[in-house]
Amino acid sequence: MITSRRDLLKSAGILVVSFAAGVRTGKAQGAGPYPDVDFLELDSWIAIHPDNSATFSVGKTDCGQGTGTSFRQIMADELDIAFEKTTCVMGSTDITVDQGGSGGSTAMERDSWPMRRAAAEARRVLLDMASERFQTPVAELEVHDGVVTVKNDPSKTVTYGQLIGAKKFHVRLSGSNINEATGKAPVKPVQQLNNVGKSPQRYDIPPKVDGSLEWAVDVRLPAMVHARNVKPPFAGAKLKRIDESSVRGLPGLVKVVSKGNYVAVVCEREEQAIRAAQMLKVEWEKPERAPFPSSENLFNYMREVKPTSSGKPVVAGDPETAFTRAAQVIEADYDIPFQGHTAIGPAHAMADPSNGQMTVYSNDMKSYGMRRGVAAFVGMPNDRVRVVWKEGPQGFGRTAADDAGCEAAYLAKEIGRPVRVQWMRSEETAWDTKSPAFAVKLRGALDSAGNLLAIDFDARSADYNHVGYNEADTVLIAQLMGSRREQPASGSASMPSEMYAIPNRRMATHVVSLPLIWETPLRTGNLRDPNGPQSTFASESFIDELAAAAKVDPFEFRMKLLQASTSDDAGFRRARSIAALQAVAKAYGWDSRPSPKPRGAGEILTGRGIAYAFRGETIVAEIAEVEVNRRTGHVWAKRLVCAHDCGLVINPQSLTHTIECAMLHSLSRAIHEEVEFDTEKVTSVDWKTHPTLTHADTPERIDVVLVNGDPHPDRPDLRPYGAGEAACKPMLAAIANAIYDATGVRLRRIPFRAPRVLAALRAAA
Amino acid sequence: MSLTLRVNGKTQRVDAEPSTPLLYVLRNDLGLRGPHFGCGLGQCGACTVLVNGRATRSCITPCSAVKGEITTLEGLAKDGKLHPVQQAWIDEQVPQCGFCQNGQILTAKALLERNPQPTDAEIREGMNGVLCRCMTYYRVQAAIRRASKAMSAKGVVA
Repeated sequence: MITSRRDLLKSAGILVVSFAAGVRTGKAQGAGPYPDVDFLELDSWIAIHPDNSATFSVGKTDCGQGTGTSFRQIMADELDIAFEKTTCVMGSTDITVDQGGSGGSTAMERDSWPMRRAAAEARRVLLDMASERFQTPVAELEVHDGVVTVKNDPSKTVTYGQLIGAKKFHVRLSGSNINEATGKAPVKPVQQLNNVGKSPQRYDIPPKVDGSLEWAVDVRLPAMVHARNVKPPFAGAKLKRIDESSVRGLPGLVKVVSKGNYVAVVCEREEQAIRAAQMLKVEWEKPERAPFPSSENLFNYMREVKPTSSGKPVVAGDPETAFTRAAQVIEADYDIPFQGHTAIGPAHAMADPSNGQMTVYSNDMKSYGMRRGVAAFVGMPNDRVRVVWKEGPQGFGRTAADDAGCEAAYLAKEIGRPVRVQWMRSEETAWDTKSPAFAVKLRGALDSAGNLLAIDFDARSADYNHVGYNEADTVLIAQLMGSRREQPASGSASMPSEMYAIPNRRMATHVVSLPLIWETPLRTGNLRDPNGPQSTFASESFIDELAAAAKVDPFEFRMKLLQASTSDDAGFRRARSIAALQAVAKAYGWDSRPSPKPRGAGEILTGRGIAYAFRGETIVAEIAEVEVNRRTGHVWAKRLVCAHDCGLVINPQSLTHTIECAMLHSLSRAIHEEVEFDTEKVTSVDWKTHPTLTHADTPERIDVVLVNGDPHPDRPDLRPYGAGEAACKPMLAAIANAIYDATGVRLRRIPFRAPRVLAALRAAA
Repeated sequence: MSLTLRVNGKTQRVDAEPSTPLLYVLRNDLGLRGPHFGCGLGQCGACTVLVNGRATRSCITPCSAVKGEITTLEGLAKDGKLHPVQQAWIDEQVPQCGFCQNGQILTAKALLERNPQPTDAEIREGMNGVLCRCMTYYRVQAAIRRASKAMSAKGVVA
């Protein structure tokens, strides 16, 4: 680099001087239309090129876990082509089939299956071609890295590229839906998959590291303009009047757009739009009734208000009788606040309305859903709308309920030019979708020997009107414009998975509503394992409380509950749960003793906590070791250990990194994250008022153990199960349990920010 | 108004209001994709660029206030070869979504320039203001240690 003024001047003299007048990266779109890509056409999935390379086109998006690399691994294995000779195309609705995009950790568990079967079918068709060419039965051919050879005459050899050239397969698949799409060829047994189980580097990382990747935020089109929203300053406010004179004459102003309570400004340049949005004077009328209680009073409100719905309780055995016979009844209430998605980059999209089409450039994780939502919202047929998926900031569910796509399309239609919308930080943090707050009551009955006789779980979730995926009548712009649906979604509260053999159980769930239902910044959406972290925080903290009451080591208490029965749950998850718990305890070096640990005299107290959960068929057991500062209340998770069983592992390194990050995401939710609000508005608006995990919070050591606890671990049909969300579930409880072990103080209210921890320590002293 | 900037070794003239944050000039006028908008408040680091080697938040830096050589993520590689910090990022497979990694990489580069062999505590402190919502911190810190070793072995100046 240049270090002195002389060098600077010297080098300046030889450099090209260019005048930059804006950049354009894309071209105006063609005339369309964009029909659905047919998932029953083999060519929709795979193209073989003359140079013996292959392109896989899949109906997924990647949220940062490197799934594209894993799809290439498993498809290359089924096709028998070198991994290095493959590429993967994802997520754009006009060129890839609709597998729903991302969500629910289904990439491998569900969506890799039609990909595998398509690749296996392509291999079968190519071998048939070779068989015909060499007049040799398929059984006498072998294929390696896309080269077919006659077994007993190695001089006879042909590549896939030579067999099919640039031509298409023109082969039909069968299946009533995309998940069942299949050809005639069977998939290979696990033992014959060569790339699966290895960790080739992710192909998407180099362009993210050298700055060459074109992200959704980078798309630039001819004649494009920039828009910014102007949000109501109070939740539930009504637009009274816009004073357009407040921005008249501002440089670059194109238009002030408003409909109902939706307001946006459009300008030629981005900084002009930001300034105009700040300067636009809008008169708003406050709602008559407070939209919500303050975040301080939220849990009282949630416990007192009449639920909008209550699920039929799940009852096993006779819990009420068991409670009357208990030697000890333990009760506890757990509170989990609203938590935001708060992506590192706010919502954004670019919409191009040219040629009678609408193309939206977006990082929406469900690009196919966005296409349908945008088409319905702007009143265009589906085949006139396409969504071009590009990478973006991960939102863990935020972009399933994306708002910017519909906004950009609406504004583009209004203006007749390509419009790029981007939210500001305060807007994103305050108005993005939220994970619902939970208030949970738990009761447990122990007999005199410390055996768990009964458990009663009762959860209330502030989840009424949970928004769907890019629905034209629930997306925020539709709400603000008044074009929303009549009946809000009922929402849900989850109960913990039935992990333990507890003879008498009652589990009940209720949904409650805040006073303001529509146009609220506290609208709920799916955040990384929706509801699992909340219900598991309560249930796995409570198991620890019961273990402490029984004066039993919390690991052993769980093992005893797991080993009490193998008859329910087919024994399958239970056997794998036992394997995962044993693996995590071994990796950590767990020594048997009840919690809490005898306290030392120093300023720093240390403790360890364990928690476990499953999600679908994926088992996760986690241990956290924490340091708690007695003087400040500061909590540091010094070490995290995870044992993770998701069946067949495609890319161990990608999986390990995903698990590490999922654990840290939940650590952030445990110690930092809470959406705060007064009785008018959300007051968490940036990284100071909605803090997140930082470098300083990062554990000194993280261990991830990948477990295969299948009772038949070598089964040829070992399936991959979901990964990503599962590892989020147990961490909140593991941290709470570790804090209890260290301090003897049980924290039942998320997050464990230092002032709250300190107050609890002082109250207990 | 027209102003002149030195970006990644080139002299560039742009037409923008002097108060315009540098970020928008780099992204919209010069077409750079490294620096990202994250908060516009200087709180997260996604918009980081180097100005004379110092990590600078371009979202709160008026373009007219910049005096000196601006290096963006695109400018780190030399003669087609990645900077050791970038290489360490690939070797450690650091990113998840990668949107914040511009700030992580450039802040790490500036840190290693000031302190070629930082302790773990110095890495935590030096990187603390750069946020990642995918929570890649553990891998970022591993990559910084790796880059530090690689650079001291080769005698590379950050």
